[in-house]
Amino acid sequence: MLKIENLHAKVEDNDILKGLNIEVKAGEVHAIMGPNGAGKSTLASVVAGNENYEVTEGTISLEGEDLEDLSPDERAHKGVFLSFQYPVEIPGVSVTNFIKTAINAKRKANGLQDMPAGEMLKMIREKSALLEIKKDFLSRSLNEGFSGGEKKRNEIFQMAMLEPKLAILDETDSGLDIDALRIVANGVNKLKSKDNAVIVITHYQRLLDYIVPDFVHVLADGKIIKSGGKELALELEEKGYDWLVK
Amino acid sequence: MSKYTEDDLREELKTQEYEYGFYTYLDAETFPKGLNEDVIRAISAKKEEPEWMTEWRLDAFRKWEAMEEPEWANVTYEKPNFQEISYYSAPKKADPNKSLDDVDPELLEMYRKLGISVDEQKKLQNVAVDIVVDSVSVATTFKKTLNEKGIIFCPISEAIKEHPELVKKYMGSVVPKTDNFYAALNSAVFTDGSFCYIPKGVTCPMELSTYFRINEGGTGQFERTLVVADEGSFVSYLEGCTAPSRDENQLHAAVVELVAMDDAEIKYSTVQNWFPGDKNGKGGVFNFVTKRAVCETNAKVSWTQVETGSAVTWKYPSCILKGDNSTGEFYSIAVTNNYQQADTGTKMIHLGKNTKSTIISKGISAGHSHNSYRGLVKVNSKAENARNFSQCDSLLMGDLCGAHTFPYIEVKNKSAQIEHEATTSKIGEDQLFYCNQRGIDTEKAIALIVNGFSKDVLNKLPMEFAVEAQKLLEISLEGSVG
Ligand SMILES: Nc1ncnc2c1ncn2[C@@H]1O[C@H](COP(=O)(O)OP(=O)(O)OP(=O)(O)O)[C@@H](O)[C@H]1O
Ligand SMILES: [Mg+2]
Repeated sequence: MLKIENLHAKVEDNDILKGLNIEVKAGEVHAIMGPNGAGKSTLASVVAGNENYEVTEGTISLEGEDLEDLSPDERAHKGVFLSFQYPVEIPGVSVTNFIKTAINAKRKANGLQDMPAGEMLKMIREKSALLEIKKDFLSRSLNEGFSGGEKKRNEIFQMAMLEPKLAILDETDSGLDIDALRIVANGVNKLKSKDNAVIVITHYQRLLDYIVPDFVHVLADGKIIKSGGKELALELEEKGYDWLVK
Repeated sequence: MSKYTEDDLREELKTQEYEYGFYTYLDAETFPKGLNEDVIRAISAKKEEPEWMTEWRLDAFRKWEAMEEPEWANVTYEKPNFQEISYYSAPKKADPNKSLDDVDPELLEMYRKLGISVDEQKKLQNVAVDIVVDSVSVATTFKKTLNEKGIIFCPISEAIKEHPELVKKYMGSVVPKTDNFYAALNSAVFTDGSFCYIPKGVTCPMELSTYFRINEGGTGQFERTLVVADEGSFVSYLEGCTAPSRDENQLHAAVVELVAMDDAEIKYSTVQNWFPGDKNGKGGVFNFVTKRAVCETNAKVSWTQVETGSAVTWKYPSCILKGDNSTGEFYSIAVTNNYQQADTGTKMIHLGKNTKSTIISKGISAGHSHNSYRGLVKVNSKAENARNFSQCDSLLMGDLCGAHTFPYIEVKNKSAQIEHEATTSKIGEDQLFYCNQRGIDTEKAIALIVNGFSKDVLNKLPMEFAVEAQKLLEISLEGSVG
């Protein structure tokens, strides 16, 4: 699904990613952990095509296709989804209107007509029920005045609506209360299939109790310095990163 | 990597053509350029006006000659040469008395291009339309239905002949002849516009609409609209404007007067899309408009405007809250792009007790344009418990444009409550990336963000107009919608 080789990326002359390799296959869940400032969000942004970051070396491919020349929206149309660590506000644009626009943009890019209103409504109802989102929430301005937890839940709602091939969840657990964490994690699990893949970026084991990873990677100083199974996360929780970073 | 930035968008905006820039070849009768008493007499004669009207015009003209063109607005432009304008132009075949079937097919084709096919409007929409091309009202639909309710909706030239008592009483009662330079000019040379009277207690069963279009080159448009809502009546009035693309600047100096009597309500909505000039700032309409309403006891007037066109706009729809408990509202979206300049806002004059006013202004600037909000809230000494809420938001695209806010507040009564809020924001890269990440391209993302920004005002427009307005916002800022 996703293959990253020797990725180097910089922002405003600061080298952030320094030769990063990772391969994620369809049906897998990967967790990326690592100290603050290691480059986890940078990696997510670079995969999504954020043009503030310059790729200086290496390649990123999705299902065998090199992403280099694709704009962020084109990557989204191919099925890349990023749940933002810090979702942005768009005043005056309702959650419903936003997701409708996004879905139809993606459909158009893939040669489909707009989704019929009835079908859209049904889907919104289903997915918002899955994430226990109330109806009036959907008519609020996107992320404006949302609590930290509401923002994250809304990100996963969008993921549910867009049904991406590759979802990168950047600290989706931060800000969620215990119940919300369970609801959101359940939502993600329901969306999982053998045809898609999920990368979860997190600092804590508790999310991984729900979304159980096949692989855990430690990202430090712009590189993957260690990879392992789900037990690596437990080890990190216990020992921190010092023993790895030295 | 192909990077689509705000800079690219700005480039694209520059090459964006004005969608309504076609010229229709109508066999037209146009006066020679120039302005003097004879021209005014000739206009009056063309319109077969009664003597009192001719005198009214001449009086205005004499006063105008002694006046100076105002310079206080935050706009710079080459002042029009008033002797280089033709003050009357009429498509020859237009005749307000004929039925639609008799209307020049080319005219009908023009309406179709404007997206306001009269036939269709008649059938599908509950809107009565008066269409003013250059200086003459061409067709007024729905007349019969309105007649049954006693509603008068006709070209002002017809009202002058058919309802002189109403016109005499109200014309110039809200905007006096000498109110300002352009109002005086309009009073002297106005050629058409609409008149509307809603009798006591009548709720107008449909939206009334006027569509203005400047077609002939070298002409100005000076229309005059007068809406009188008698006690306890209600009317919603829509006004739309377009003009073809031309290298020269064309002058549009309109006057709109609204009279809302006791317990009456008038909603007046405008979508102004006069030709804004090309990307280098050449050509475009000078839009100098005086719009004002008087509200008697318990009356309410709402001005809603979406201003996307014109090279220079100078316009302050105002409410004189004369009666106790009267309400004035102003909702505005003004978009400027390329080298457009807009200086627009409102005046809310609180005279009566418990009067209320609301001002919501959304300015969107792109390119090298300048967008100013200028608003006055005035509370007189006798206006107990007056309340005003003003909110002026500006949205900037790029670093070359400007947004300015000039709020004036004059309060002479201590019980007044005045609130003013202002914000300025830029479309953020992070917002664009967020939208892009969801598959929404940058153009569409900007349209979405602008629509969200303007929502409070768009919501105030009648449905048909809201859709058109949204489309206009996209056209004037994007280039994707064709
Ligand atoms: N626009 C920028 N300009 C300069 N430095 C930047 C910029 N964006 C990110 N950085 C730097 O890049 C480094 C990696 O940031 P990143 O957000 O990827 O870290 P992270 O691993 O996600 O950290 P956290 O766990 O705190 O979320 C940090 O040192 C950060 O300050
Ligand atoms: Mg991060």
